[in-house]
Amino acid sequence: MNLQGKQVTLHDMSLRDGMHAKRHQISIEQMVAIAKGMDEAGMPLIEVTHGDGLGGASVNYGFPAHSDEEYLNAVIPQMKKAKISALLLPGIGTVDHLKMAKDCGVSTIRVATHCTEADVSEQHIGMAAKMGMDTVGFLMMAHMVEPEKILEQAKLMVGYGANCIYATDSAGYMLPDDVTARIALLKAELPSNIEIGFHGHHNLGMGIANSLAAIEAGATRIDGSVAGLGAGAGNTPLEVFCAVLDRMQVTTGIDLYKIMDVAEDLVVPMMDQPIRVDRDALTLGYAGVYSSFLLFAQRAEKKYGIQARDILVELGRRGTVGGQEDMIEDLALTMAKQKQAQGAK
Amino acid sequence: MSKKLKAIIIGPGNIGTDLLMKMQRSEWIEPVWMVGIDPESEGLKRAASMGIKTCATGVDGVLPHVIEDDIRVAFDATSAYVHAENSRKLNELGVIMIDLTPAAIGPYCVPPVNLTDHAKNLEMNVNMVTCGGQATIPMVAAVSRVQPVSYGEIIATVSSRSVGPGTRQNIDEFTRTTASAVEKVGGAKQGKAIIIINPAEPPLMMRDTIHCLTESEPDQAAITESVHAMVKDVQKYVPGYRLVNGPVFDGNRVSCFMEVEGLGDFLPKYAGNLDIMTAAGLRTAEMFAEEAANGVITLPARG
Repeated sequence: MNLQGKQVTLHDMSLRDGMHAKRHQISIEQMVAIAKGMDEAGMPLIEVTHGDGLGGASVNYGFPAHSDEEYLNAVIPQMKKAKISALLLPGIGTVDHLKMAKDCGVSTIRVATHCTEADVSEQHIGMAAKMGMDTVGFLMMAHMVEPEKILEQAKLMVGYGANCIYATDSAGYMLPDDVTARIALLKAELPSNIEIGFHGHHNLGMGIANSLAAIEAGATRIDGSVAGLGAGAGNTPLEVFCAVLDRMQVTTGIDLYKIMDVAEDLVVPMMDQPIRVDRDALTLGYAGVYSSFLLFAQRAEKKYGIQARDILVELGRRGTVGGQEDMIEDLALTMAKQKQAQGAK
Repeated sequence: MSKKLKAIIIGPGNIGTDLLMKMQRSEWIEPVWMVGIDPESEGLKRAASMGIKTCATGVDGVLPHVIEDDIRVAFDATSAYVHAENSRKLNELGVIMIDLTPAAIGPYCVPPVNLTDHAKNLEMNVNMVTCGGQATIPMVAAVSRVQPVSYGEIIATVSSRSVGPGTRQNIDEFTRTTASAVEKVGGAKQGKAIIIINPAEPPLMMRDTIHCLTESEPDQAAITESVHAMVKDVQKYVPGYRLVNGPVFDGNRVSCFMEVEGLGDFLPKYAGNLDIMTAAGLRTAEMFAEEAANGVITLPARG
């Protein structure tokens, strides 16, 4: 693969997707220190929000240590060059949250929908674009449908005002050919001024390989997270990816040693558990299940005595999509009842 | 004199048609007119074939017939944008308006929780909240009538096929209206609503999760009894309303997991979210009719 001379914008997820792995408990001090470290290292774009986006604070997804507003107000004034982005899932957050984020100084808004439901994003994408924000349409669980469907949905988002479209591998299920097919079609068919992005999860260990495939196919924005801190087995580990891109002579503008240090000195020490491809995270990637279900399934295993792996596989079989965290406890309760009924026979 | 109240349905779409089919079985409400704006629409043709008078010139077209046909109730299944005018014109003629749009001019109505009050007060416009609200607010109320609820959160998961373009274009309206009714009708001090649209095929049945945080330690026995009683109340008009799991208690958290299967009149059975709206709307009108027949309320006088 020859990517020599290409330029990509890396987008860090450790302070948003990483919130899943931290049960949304990252402290203000940790968030500011990590963001400053990344800014210093040259990271151009950093996402800061509840793991489930603006307005994600809930029983269903977990109450965060601080509100989105508090995190954004703490981080944004400290940035010298880096821009801050926020995620918004229509159905969870509203345009009121979007306006709040804009007022806090967020420059990039990423409006995320399931890959077949882009038409719920019209009011949010429209509003963000109207306010002059860098507006991204973020199509989640993109492995679940054919590339043509992704393109159809991407066109809707572009029509509403998005200037960048992501194919998002929320389950870490895709293999490089899957990424190539989706990104290449978006690149070929969307207007040339629309940027294409890729967001990966490392559940099958494909974060780096898939991100390279995305760049080769025409993506210019790539998500990852420092030290891989993210849902499931984490996102594409950015310090590793920076080193790989450096070897391949792709320009990122990031200082490799400095980003390595942020990973090693700041992010790894605050991990509650190692971010690795354990059997449950592997199951997410293998069965195509939304990555943030991981810790919920593990908690349900402890509480109801049903293996997380079995819960996750069943959720995959039922076609569960992002945001359906409530189904995990519900399903575990049902499976526990069935197990008890079988034991009684 | 028939005890039935005569009704018009505005909006001959999926909701209006399903409502018409349910109404034809009602002991208390008699459908007379279906009102649309397109003479060629399938919905109006369907209504005509079901023996209902049709009007293709909007609410204005039916106004001259309101008194002569003794219309007492109207169901608005159009959009929030036109509802206010529809309601004003019909209220002026003494017609009670059941609002199935998100306009919410009148008070929220969730039948097993506050319909009796609305009927006694003869509210001339009641709003049916949202599908997610109808499916979940009874459960919030079931907890809050036992002890104070500081926070109520509902998650409604609906099949992609059952979510129309109106809801999609303004999904914020769903979350805002539902959260507000979780507070005002459900009795939670703070409300939160989440909607998830799932495209799985075959389409999944509507699922709803309700989390309540009680101010003090939950009285498990009393809440469990209250929840089961409330489920029975909803089942009177939505037989496919089921408690799948719960109430589950975890500290001060009380959680219920529901499934809503529709009757499959015009809308498919999986679209319990739409069915519960039409069923709740009809139940509301029936209560007004019952109270009028029993002399509890007096309908606006007509010469």
